[in-house]
Amino acid sequence: MAAALELDRVSKTWGAMRAVDNVSLRIEAGERVALIGASGSGKSTLIRIASGLALADPTSGGVRSFGLGVQDKGKLSSEVRRARRQIGLVFQQFALVGRLTVMTNVLVGVLGRISRLRGTLGLFNDDEKRTALAALAEVGIAQHAGKKARELSGGQQQRVAIARALVQGAKLVLADEPIASLDPKSAKRVMDTLVTMSRDHGIALVVSLHQVDYATAYFDRVIAMNAGRVVFDGPASRITSAFLTELYGASAEELILPSQFAVPAAAVLETTSSEPVS
Amino acid sequence: MFATETAHRSVAAALPAPPVTPLATRLTRLCLGAVAVVMLVFFWHEAEMNPAQLVQDAGNMATLGADFLRPDFTDWDVYATAMIETLAIAVWGTLLAVIVGIPFGILCADNVVPRWVAFPVRRLMDACRAINELVFALIFIAAVGLGPFAGVLALFVHTTGVVAKLFSEAVEAIDPAPVEGIRGTGGTWFQEIIYGVLPQVLPLWISYTLYRFESNVRSATVLGIVGGGGIGMVFNETMRGFLYSQGAAILIIVIVTVSCLDIASQNIRKRFI
Repeated sequence: MAAALELDRVSKTWGAMRAVDNVSLRIEAGERVALIGASGSGKSTLIRIASGLALADPTSGGVRSFGLGVQDKGKLSSEVRRARRQIGLVFQQFALVGRLTVMTNVLVGVLGRISRLRGTLGLFNDDEKRTALAALAEVGIAQHAGKKARELSGGQQQRVAIARALVQGAKLVLADEPIASLDPKSAKRVMDTLVTMSRDHGIALVVSLHQVDYATAYFDRVIAMNAGRVVFDGPASRITSAFLTELYGASAEELILPSQFAVPAAAVLETTSSEPVS
Repeated sequence: MFATETAHRSVAAALPAPPVTPLATRLTRLCLGAVAVVMLVFFWHEAEMNPAQLVQDAGNMATLGADFLRPDFTDWDVYATAMIETLAIAVWGTLLAVIVGIPFGILCADNVVPRWVAFPVRRLMDACRAINELVFALIFIAAVGLGPFAGVLALFVHTTGVVAKLFSEAVEAIDPAPVEGIRGTGGTWFQEIIYGVLPQVLPLWISYTLYRFESNVRSATVLGIVGGGGIGMVFNETMRGFLYSQGAAILIIVIVTVSCLDIASQNIRKRFI
């Protein structure tokens, strides 16, 4: 089976800065991956490139999802609309349309697979509406379906975004800092929803995170980025506190570290700075 | 106490001396001031300003003032019909402008269309806006003859330029994230506009449209004076016939109508913002 996401030598330069530097990745169907790294390490850019919202440099190779091209050599692929249908996106700032109802925001998820005319006019049929309600029920906010999206709390809005990805029938969900602007309780609820969704529907999940404890608790595979490069790609169990200090540099003290890293692990040095990328 | 004073003094000593305006700058300012005065005197003569005339022709002013204080509503039905015609001109001029202004407004916004589309469309809208309604009215009177239809066309073209600019500015100020959310689901460009852009700009668009309608009612009144139909035309005829009392009645009708519309549209706008 084709990989859920395949990046081939992708780079992105903003002026003089290399936001993403020659990254190649392969994420299998149904796999759950956490993407960690300090602010500005290239996580968000990588996710935007993977979904075709940002174009990579022309020197880059291709980005493909389940065999469909997203972009190639810095140009959007002709199949990008079809590729996007199977990629669900969850953003830090939710990216819902605040004035529309929760229901409509979720129904937007079917736009990619119904006729253009029907989608443009907003003529969703009963089947689609039932699917939307079911998705809302799955993330636990069916009772708010008729409210305007902006009336919901941040955590609830984020779960609407997840419901939208479900309705879309996404086989890969890319979440860019989905819990960064949420309180701890909502954050946990959103992470639980994301992981349950991934497990129940076999959806591959890539989540960029600041919280290392979440990365190690919820994900088997962790990819760490630094200055646009992938500096670690492997099981969460192999991440050491020394590595995290190196990864986050001076800002490491601000990290909320999971308990096993609270004591300085003196000798456990597994700094896999140049871990081969599978 | 003593310690504080010392502290103050030492802070003051550390500060740089206050800036002094150099002599050259002061001289330049003086010259500019003199030029401005000369220009004003010149324009006074050009405009044939003559306040004395107000006193010399005090008799005329008195007649005018006295007649205006006794408004004559005998022909009120004629004025009301003409006022309705003026409203009709404003309604259709605005409506057509909004219908055409929406697509043009979107095509002017360079966050949703490429530069090479936005640039020429913007220049076209600039041209519509640059020419006053009155001038357009004169052109359309030549084309379709005297009457309200010429007024509608004049308002339509000018207002299209105005609302397209206002609409496009609203579009350029939207939050791009929801639009990306729609794009991410595989929606088309058109669907991004419908689901991502329109819901965000609609309140502003409604507000701008109502505001333009208000000002178009005022403009439509003036259009009548050059032959664009409506109450302006009636007012023009009355004033030319020195029927000041009737002119006063017409002005009162215009003021009341415009005030009522302003209040109504203000209330509607408040609901959308």
